Amino acid sequence: MNWTLALPEIVLAVAGLGILVAGVLPRRDMTFPCTMLVLGAFVLAGVLVLAQGEGTAFGGQYVADAYSAFMKLLALAGAALGLVLALDWNRAEGLARFEFPVLVLFATLGMLVMISANDLMSLYLGLELLSLPLYVIAAFARDNARSAEAGLKYFVLGALASGLLLYGASLVYGFAGTTNFDRLADALSSPQEVSAGVVVGIVFVIAALAFKVAAVPFHMWTPDVYEGAPTPVTAFFATAPKVAAVALMVRVLAGPFGEIHGQWQQVVVLASLGSMVLGALAAIGQANIKRLMAYSSIGHIGFVLMGLAVGGESGLRGVLVYMAIYLFMNLGAFAVLVAMRREGRAVEGVADLAGLGRTDPAMALAMAVFMFSMAGIPPLAGFFAKLYVLLPAVEQGFWILAVVAVLSSVVSAYYYLRIVKVMYFDAPLPGFAPRPMGVSLVLAGTGAFTLFFFLLPAPLLAAARKAVAALIG
Amino acid sequence: MNAAGFPILSLITFLPLVGVLVILSVRGEEAVVASNARWTALWTSLITFALSLVLWARFDKSSPEFQFIEQASWLPEFGIAYIMGVDGVSVLFVLLSTALTPLCILASWEAVQSRVREYMIAFLVLETMMVGMFCALDLVLFYIFFEAVLIPMFLIIGVWGGARRVYAAYKFFLYTLLGSVLMLLAVIVLWYQAGTTSIPELYEFDIPFAMQLWLFLAFFASFAVKVPMWPVHTWLPDAHVEAPTAGSVILAGVLLKMGAYGFLRFSLPLLPEASQYFAPMIYALSIVAVVYTSLVALAQEDMKKLIAYSSVAHMGIVTLGIFSFNQQGIEGALFTMLSHGVVSGALFLCVGVLYDREHTREIARYGGIAKIMPAYALVFMLFTMASVALPGTAGFPGEFLVILGAWAVNPWVAFGAALGMILGAAYMLLLYRRVAFGRVTRDSLKGLLDLSPREHAVFAPLILLTLWMGVHPQSFLSFFSATVAELVQQHQAAISAGSRFAGL
Repeated sequence: MNWTLALPEIVLAVAGLGILVAGVLPRRDMTFPCTMLVLGAFVLAGVLVLAQGEGTAFGGQYVADAYSAFMKLLALAGAALGLVLALDWNRAEGLARFEFPVLVLFATLGMLVMISANDLMSLYLGLELLSLPLYVIAAFARDNARSAEAGLKYFVLGALASGLLLYGASLVYGFAGTTNFDRLADALSSPQEVSAGVVVGIVFVIAALAFKVAAVPFHMWTPDVYEGAPTPVTAFFATAPKVAAVALMVRVLAGPFGEIHGQWQQVVVLASLGSMVLGALAAIGQANIKRLMAYSSIGHIGFVLMGLAVGGESGLRGVLVYMAIYLFMNLGAFAVLVAMRREGRAVEGVADLAGLGRTDPAMALAMAVFMFSMAGIPPLAGFFAKLYVLLPAVEQGFWILAVVAVLSSVVSAYYYLRIVKVMYFDAPLPGFAPRPMGVSLVLAGTGAFTLFFFLLPAPLLAAARKAVAALIG
Repeated sequence: MNAAGFPILSLITFLPLVGVLVILSVRGEEAVVASNARWTALWTSLITFALSLVLWARFDKSSPEFQFIEQASWLPEFGIAYIMGVDGVSVLFVLLSTALTPLCILASWEAVQSRVREYMIAFLVLETMMVGMFCALDLVLFYIFFEAVLIPMFLIIGVWGGARRVYAAYKFFLYTLLGSVLMLLAVIVLWYQAGTTSIPELYEFDIPFAMQLWLFLAFFASFAVKVPMWPVHTWLPDAHVEAPTAGSVILAGVLLKMGAYGFLRFSLPLLPEASQYFAPMIYALSIVAVVYTSLVALAQEDMKKLIAYSSVAHMGIVTLGIFSFNQQGIEGALFTMLSHGVVSGALFLCVGVLYDREHTREIARYGGIAKIMPAYALVFMLFTMASVALPGTAGFPGEFLVILGAWAVNPWVAFGAALGMILGAAYMLLLYRRVAFGRVTRDSLKGLLDLSPREHAVFAPLILLTLWMGVHPQSFLSFFSATVAELVQQHQAAISAGSRFAGL
């Protein structure tokens, strides 16, 4: 048994327990040291992921390959940056408790387990390990009714999704006779002989995963949770867990269910179409920027699902590249949202950004870059993200998807432009409180990535290609 | 390596970005920053222009091939490379862009007082994107530059524009984006069909007729909005009216040419049969544009709007010329594009001169300007005459050639184009009469100052160009005749090879 393969997860788990003890024992506030320790654990885990070998462990429950390494690094980066954003925010909001970084750490551990899952059991284990801390941190501002509502809503709907997943998994197990992905792939290798029970099970599994990635029609929780949760928590929700859920979805659908592509493709196509259209239209009327970002993320997931529906080497590579770019530009945009504090209070209206171009030109520039990038305007990174999923869609003749995708990106350009308009064209409001150091760092890093991605896209593309090759062989 | 001995096109393209970096690094008081930004932008654009003159001097006019080619690997696994190069069609537009930018910066010297630094940055970025678009010889690279133009232009209209600037900026952005994304799909189709995005290699590639039709429509969606052709021209009057003067100049001078350039670069050579197939539609739309927008221009009360509608009419002549598929027509179209770039840019500057003084563009508020500002009236008259295509000015050779080319296709088409010229004379002369002649209607006009030395400096090169293009058009026509001849010949070959049009 090759347990050393799972070293990143083991190290994270042990570090989490250690940090928990370190946070409880001293009689003073341990938030900052704990956060730093968690960041250190993330870095360590990242290094271990890079050094990880390939293979399966724990009786085929766990798999480590180039694909898992790629997605784990993304998830770790997202979690780490989200934590940096939360540091100053929590202090300013009086939420500075050491449990926060620890919860983020356990959620991240759940993500890593999910990404490496090679069995429906470990899949479920990872998903729940991710979800439980998320329910708690959604309600982390416990004196705030909206935050509590967000936590509760997320919990109830999340529990429902877990139920769907379990039900689907049991159907698949019942009809295919195994929960292991490799053996499922063997059992389902001939599409004609697949029983309807398996297909029903797959649909349930897809529904549960669609809930986690907030794809239409399982998106309803997203705007409320995004709006209610503290902003850095929303930043975290919109990035790292989404990467992990997409990673899982891709692994499940392209791996064990890859041979019966035709059976589930239609479901994913519909979810993709719905997400793109809803993400484009529903965000137009939003006055709250967190709700707007929620709908925007639904739209982006539509693009990701388009890559997944098209499938194949190039489609999946598009998914990975999209997720990487999405992660960084979204974190950057949320860094701006985190910095929106005026007179000691957080503000979150689109109109509150008015005149940012004058009061804080650097941040406004960064935000404009993120918005144009999300709208898919070249030469920013978001354009390439869309390009790499459109390319296979056109190549494989998914015309409806491709046309709806480009049209919805025009519609969504409208609301991204609205933010640029508010920042640059409207009369300025009093400036925001000075940007915390962490926010500036995240902004600079993600901004540079988004702006200059076109100069050197090859490394990311090569890594994504390697990852996909590991996945579909 | 190319004829210049160094990567000149990349240098011209990206030099303005160096200016951006310099401007960004300036710190200090607002007035100091503004002044530094102005001078840096002016010098950067002047140096860029000076460099681009190398193209003028070293361009081999006898060759229809791409010249000054630069190639670098960018995304090898996708078959996308960084390829830059110019041929007879594009070389003069590079020069037009680099020539108009310093003039725009000079024209905004006093007109723009708020956020000067950002303004200059936007203009320099815009210059990079424009020049890059005309030089790009890779489909994806072209698309990137083509689209990226939207960002600085959106900001220029929206931040420094007039009262309805937000509406105009949105309309401009979303209209053009909608067209462009459909082109993106066509780009992707070409990309995987041909396995390459290099434009010279794509020229060798035969596309089946059925696919040509779809691709043509997708490209058409983008270029027609950009040109703009009737009925998707409505963004243009709004954008022109609300944009600051220099923004209008660039919009009319260069951005409108991007659509027509796209037709010449992609639609005609890549999709010859579809171009031939859809040519009647283009003729119809162009003639409607010429006649209808000329009539609309007659009714305008706002000077900028009038010139904006006249731009649509002139661009109708251009599309007519392009789709005549003969030497005269295409050369005439190219020449009209250049002359319109100079003349309509100059006309917007003329309006800007009045607007800076009186802060209104309403025609009725002016009258008798010729008595108060004689030098200005002379300049304005020259450009009015050029706009109505008086022989001896820049407007004439192009429109004349287009009508010749159109006559060869169908006399009625030529008739439509000629009708546009007559109507053009009507509305431009009406505008000039109402503004410059008659009694001085309002007392406030009496105190107006004539052109300042800075304004003289802005207009002098444009006057020179206008007369030069009118008197000796050959020095410009010679740049593109070889390329156009090649284009026409290839077109004929493709049409006769595909027997579909054998009867034509």
